[in-house]
Amino acid sequence: MSSPAAPVLAASDLVKIYPPASRAGRPSTALAGVSLDLAEGTCLGVVGESGCGKSTLARLLVGLERPTAGTVLLQGQTVTSFRRPELARRLQLVSQDPFSSLNPRLTVSSALTEVLLVHHRVDGKKQAAARVADLLEMVSLGPQFASRLPHEMSGGQAQRVAIARALAAEPQILVLDEPTSALDVSVRAGIVNLLAGLRTDLALSYLFISHDMAVIRQLSDQIGVMYAGRFVERGPWQSVMSEPLHPYTRALLQAVPEPHPDGSLLGGPEGSAEESTEGTLEPGESPAAASAQTGCKYAPRCPIRIDRCLTEEPPLEIVTGAHEAACYRAGVPVEPGDVPAEAGGVGERA
Amino acid sequence: MAQLAAAEPVAVIRPVASRRSLAARLWRQPSGRAGLIILAVMVLAGLASLAGLVPDNPDAQNPAATLRGPSAAHLFGTDQYGRDVLSRVMAGTVLSLQTALLAVAICAVLGTVGGVAAGYFGGVISSVVTSIADLIFAIPSILLALAIVTGLGDGWQNTAIAVGVSYTPIFIRVVRGPVLAIRNADYVKAAQVLGFSRMRILFRHVLPGVGGILAVQVTLALGWAVLIEASLDFLGLGPPPPAATLGLMVSDGTNIAGIAWWNLAFPAIAVVLLVLGFTLTGDGLRDALDPSTANN
Amino acid sequence: MTDRDVTSAEPVLAIRDLSVGLRARSGVTELIRGVSLDIRPGERVGLVGESGSGKSLTMLAVMGLLASPVAVTGGSVTLGGTQLVGASDRTLRALRGSEIAMVYQDPMTSLDPLQRVGEQIAEGLRAHGVSRHEASERTVAALAEVQLPDPARLARSYPHELSGGMRQRVMIAAALAGNPRLLLADEPTTALDVTIQRQILSLVARIQRARNLAVLWVTHDLGVAAQFVQRLAVMYAGRVVEVGPTTAIFSDPQHPYTAALLDAVPSTTGERAALGQIPGSPPEPGSFPAGCSFASRCRQALPRCTRAEPILEQRPSGVEAACFVPPAEWRA
Repeated sequence: MSSPAAPVLAASDLVKIYPPASRAGRPSTALAGVSLDLAEGTCLGVVGESGCGKSTLARLLVGLERPTAGTVLLQGQTVTSFRRPELARRLQLVSQDPFSSLNPRLTVSSALTEVLLVHHRVDGKKQAAARVADLLEMVSLGPQFASRLPHEMSGGQAQRVAIARALAAEPQILVLDEPTSALDVSVRAGIVNLLAGLRTDLALSYLFISHDMAVIRQLSDQIGVMYAGRFVERGPWQSVMSEPLHPYTRALLQAVPEPHPDGSLLGGPEGSAEESTEGTLEPGESPAAASAQTGCKYAPRCPIRIDRCLTEEPPLEIVTGAHEAACYRAGVPVEPGDVPAEAGGVGERA
Repeated sequence: MAQLAAAEPVAVIRPVASRRSLAARLWRQPSGRAGLIILAVMVLAGLASLAGLVPDNPDAQNPAATLRGPSAAHLFGTDQYGRDVLSRVMAGTVLSLQTALLAVAICAVLGTVGGVAAGYFGGVISSVVTSIADLIFAIPSILLALAIVTGLGDGWQNTAIAVGVSYTPIFIRVVRGPVLAIRNADYVKAAQVLGFSRMRILFRHVLPGVGGILAVQVTLALGWAVLIEASLDFLGLGPPPPAATLGLMVSDGTNIAGIAWWNLAFPAIAVVLLVLGFTLTGDGLRDALDPSTANN
Repeated sequence: MTDRDVTSAEPVLAIRDLSVGLRARSGVTELIRGVSLDIRPGERVGLVGESGSGKSLTMLAVMGLLASPVAVTGGSVTLGGTQLVGASDRTLRALRGSEIAMVYQDPMTSLDPLQRVGEQIAEGLRAHGVSRHEASERTVAALAEVQLPDPARLARSYPHELSGGMRQRVMIAAALAGNPRLLLADEPTTALDVTIQRQILSLVARIQRARNLAVLWVTHDLGVAAQFVQRLAVMYAGRVVEVGPTTAIFSDPQHPYTAALLDAVPSTTGERAALGQIPGSPPEPGSFPAGCSFASRCRQALPRCTRAEPILEQRPSGVEAACFVPPAEWRA
C-alpha cells in the first residue's frame, strides 16, 4: 500500500530513559530515538531480541508510560492530548500472557460487557449480551465461553478472549505485544490466522511486536528490526526477509532454526565458522551499556565493521526503494573470513 | 470457525471449586468448621442473654448463696455476691462481642481506607499513612488503651475505641500490600489501556482482590480484640463493677481461685473459646481462599 | 516397539514401555502411556510435543526426579545395564552428574544465586569423589570448553552477574564436567534469544560430537528439532505417535498430528500462506479418550480409530508411526 495518506499512528524521535535501579547504577536508555509510521490498514511488524526496547515502545504507544522525549501521534493528534477513554476507543493493546492480562475474577461476559458499557458501544445490558456473543464468534469461541472464568480456559482460548476484549472497544489500531509467544505451536497458528483475518475483516491497523521472525513475517506488510533501542532496518516484508541490509538482520535470520532439516548442525566437520569465540556481549541485553558507547551499537559484534562505525552512529536511511537501514555498509555481504563476530554467526547469505 | 471451539473439552483438571460459595468452602476446612461451631455456641449464648433467656439476673445478688459450687440451680456456681456465674458469663460474652465488633469496625474502616490510599495512590499519601501507622504501632497497645480510657472514661465504647485504634496499623499494612501488588498486575494495566477511570479500576479491579484478605484479617482481629478487651478489663481499665465483663470476672476469680475455682475457670474458658473461635475461623477462611486448596 | 537402527551399538538409554501416572485417592491418572525410545552413543535424539504431551515428564522420569504423587507406574528405563526405575536414591545420586547429566530451561532457578558458579560445579564433582584440586581444574576446563571467556575468573562470578546465555553455558559446563555418557536437556534454549540459541546449539553439537555423547533434547520448537537432532520422537497425549530420522519425519510425516504440526509452523522462507490449524485441543490427562487420542481432531478418523489404540509400526520411509489410516488417505 503506497497511499500517501497520513499515517494512522506515528512516532517521532521517541526516547525513553529509566532512572538507575539503584543508587550506584546508571540510567538505562530503553529507546534511543525511535520514529515510525503506521499506514492505515497495514501491519508493521517490530522484531528484536530481549532488551531491544520493543516492549517499551508498546507501552509508550498505548500511553501506559510517557516518553522522556519525542511524541506519539494518533491520527495526527498527540496521544497525550487524548483523554484516556477517547484513546481507548481508537487504540488497544493485546499482551503476551492472557492469564495475567485478564482479570481472574471476571467472567468473559463481565469483562467484555464492561468495555462495551464504558465506551457506550451498546445501549444497555440486553444489547451488550448480544454484542458479547458477536465478539465471541468473531474470535471463534462458542457462546458457552461467556460464563467462563480465565482459569477455566486454555491459553489459546484465553488469548482469544483478550483479543475480543480489545475489539469490544472498537479501536482502529491494535498494538500486539508478543501475543503468541506464550502459546503452543498449533494454538499459535490459530491465533495468527485469526489476527490476519480480523485485520482484513475489520480494516484494522496493527503494530505487531515479537521476537519470532517467522511469525512476524506471516502477518506483516512492513518489518522493522530493533536493536539497542533503535530501528536498524525497516522496509517491506519481502525485502527485509529476503534481502536484509543490516548485518544484525542477517544474523537474526541466519540464527532462526528453520523447520526444514538441512544438516547444518547435524554431523559433519563444520561448525567452527559459525560459532562465536566468546559469549560476553549478547545482543540487546544491556542497552544501557551499549548506549554508553559512541557509534553504532552493533559495531562491537559486527563482522564487517569499519572504523567509522565505532565513532559515528549511522542514521536510518533509505537504501533502496522503501527499504531503510542504519549501516554504513548496508547490503555488503558478510564473508566467512571477515572480522570475527562475537555472536550471531557469520552468515552465508549473500 | 465456531466449530473449532465447540470441539474443545472443558478443562478437567482446572479447579472448579472456586465456583462454590465461600461459606461452603469454609465449612470444608477443618479449622473453619471448628471455629464456626464454637462461635455459633458463643453467639447463641450471647443472644440468649440479650433476650433475657438467662437462668438468673446477672446482677441479682443473693447473700444467702455466695460461693456455691456448680449445681443444678447454678450450673456454673455463684460468685462472692451470690450472683449466678453462668448468667454473668453469658452477659460478659455479649459485652466482649459488642466491644470487639465496634473495635474491629473502627480499625477495619480506618485501616482499609488508609491501606487502600497508601497502596493505590502511593507517593506522598503512602508516606503519610505509613508514618502514622508506624507511630501508632510503636506505642504498646496496653499503654495506648490506658491513655485513651483515662482520657475518655471507662465505658465499653471507649475500650472499643482504644482497641480499635491500636489495631489500625496492622490493617493498614495488611491491606496496603495486596493493593500495591494488584495495582501493578497486568490486568490492572490492561484496564488502564481499556480506558477505565481510576475509580472504576480501584473498585472493580483492585478491591475485589483484597476482599478475601480483608475478611481473614477482620476475623483474626475480632479474636485479638476480645483478648485485649478482656485484658483491659482485667487491669481495671474497662467498665467498672458491677459490670459483668469477662475480664473483671477473671480478675476477681483469680483472687479466690483457691476456694472457688469456678469463678475463675468459666469466665476464662469463655474468653478462650471466643478467641479460639475467631482465630480458627480466620485460619479456615485463609485456607478456603487459598487457590491451592481449591483443588480438593 | 524400539528403533531398529543401522548401528548395532548398545543403546546408552533404553526406555521401554514407560508409564507415569498421578496417584490420587480416586485412582491413578495416566500421564504418560507406554513410551519407548532408545538413544545410542553419539546420537542426538529429540523429543517434541506441545504442552501436556508428557515430554518433560518423560525426562524427569528417566532421571528419577518425579515427585509424589506423580510416579512411574510401569515399564523400564535402563542406562547401560542399570535399571533406573525403582532404583535406590543412592544409585540414582551416584549416576546423576557422573553418568547422566541434565540441563533445564531456566538456569536462574537451577543455579544457586548465593554461590559462585565455579564452586557449584566443583561441589558437584567433589560429591562424586573427585579431589578438591582436580575438581577445581576440571571446572575451569569445563567452563573453557563452553567457550566462556576468562574461565578462571568467571568461575568466581555469581549467577546474577552473568547474562542468560552465559548462565546456560555454565549449566552445560556443569553438566559436562562429570563426563556423563548421556545428556538430557529440557528446553534449555527456549528462553534465550534466537542468536544466543544458535550459539548454544552449535556449541552443544560440537561438544557432543567430540565426546560422542548421547543426547536427549526436549523441545517444542520444530525448527530446533529440524536443525539439531538426528532422530525425533513426536509425543501427543502421553504417547509417542511417530519416531524416526528427522529428515524422514519432516519430508514425509506418517502421523496426521505430525503433519498438522508441521503445517502450523511458520517459516522465514517460502510462500506466505495461512498456517495449518488443528481443531479442538489435546485431551487433558485423566480424560484420554478410548482409542487414538488424536481421533477427535483428525479429519480422516475412521470408526476403528475411536475403538482401538494404534501402536507404533514401521513405515517404508524409515519412521514408525501409530496410525491406522495410510498417509495417502489423509494427505490433502
